[in-house]
Amino acid sequence: MDELDYQLLELLQQGLPVCPEPYAQLADTLALSEQDLIERIQYLKKTGVIKRFGVIVNHRVLGYRANAMIVWNVPDAHVERVGQALSQIHYVSLCYQRPRKPGIWPYNLYCMVYGKDRETVLQQIDALIRRCHLQDFSYQVLFSTRCFKQRGALYPVLQTEKADG
Amino acid sequence: MALTALEKQLLNDFQHDFPLERRPYRAIAERLGVSEQAVLEAMQALHNQNLVHRIGSIIQVNKIGKSMLAAMAVPTSALTEVAEIINQFQEVNHNYERENSLNLWFVLIGENQSHLDAVVADIEQQTGFPVLQFPLLKDYFIDLGFELDLSDG
Repeated sequence: MDELDYQLLELLQQGLPVCPEPYAQLADTLALSEQDLIERIQYLKKTGVIKRFGVIVNHRVLGYRANAMIVWNVPDAHVERVGQALSQIHYVSLCYQRPRKPGIWPYNLYCMVYGKDRETVLQQIDALIRRCHLQDFSYQVLFSTRCFKQRGALYPVLQTEKADG
Repeated sequence: MALTALEKQLLNDFQHDFPLERRPYRAIAERLGVSEQAVLEAMQALHNQNLVHRIGSIIQVNKIGKSMLAAMAVPTSALTEVAEIINQFQEVNHNYERENSLNLWFVLIGENQSHLDAVVADIEQQTGFPVLQFPLLKDYFIDLGFELDLSDG
């Protein structure tokens, strides 16, 4: 990745313009050719820096008002299987393994479920417990009650990179 | 919220692998059998209604810099004040109150672990409460976007 890739990612964080030739417009901003810009996005996708490129919907405005983080205590021997299984469920967003905090926090697998309301989310969690055979594992459901801050990632890192470079 | 059939398709079907070609909206239009102008107008309407955050990229965690999930247990009476202190750090991304004794959860993004440690130490010092760090060990999720239930009613 070079400086232009960082600038490109930062531009993409603001979103693709809605006009007939949006890539040409971004390319102008970066003084790149349109072809070069498209190839850079393709490369960033191919190397996995860009995990997904497309329409990013606003769940909340679309009526998905309930959001729960579910944390599971899964024996280490099963975490791979359970992580793979959870990530296949269409209403699961994000599925991460994280370290336990002995004596404080026994949970090692995290996933996120969005739903139109609390009841729906709880039903979905019941369903995924059955489907992924999680009956024996302890878990907690952490609904979010207030959002204090939400914005796209990246800005501070980009600024750091620029300051260093 | 009454969405047209075209708006629903635009919301659901182009969350990943958005066309990477000179005229992406025309490519979408061809796939859906409508005009490019109709796609542009519908996409603009979705933006105007704030139903779309943006057409853009989701960056893979830890591919650029390092991210960290962090949590704190904060008395309810101090929560807003502590959240405001935390929000002032540019490294802080999401910051949510959640129903748990660990009731404040936020994501930090920094250059590397020592950068994150410095931010965490700063937060602890300014708020007076300890911060737990939960680094990512493994990401199981393949992000294909979000399957929306757009049935009316």
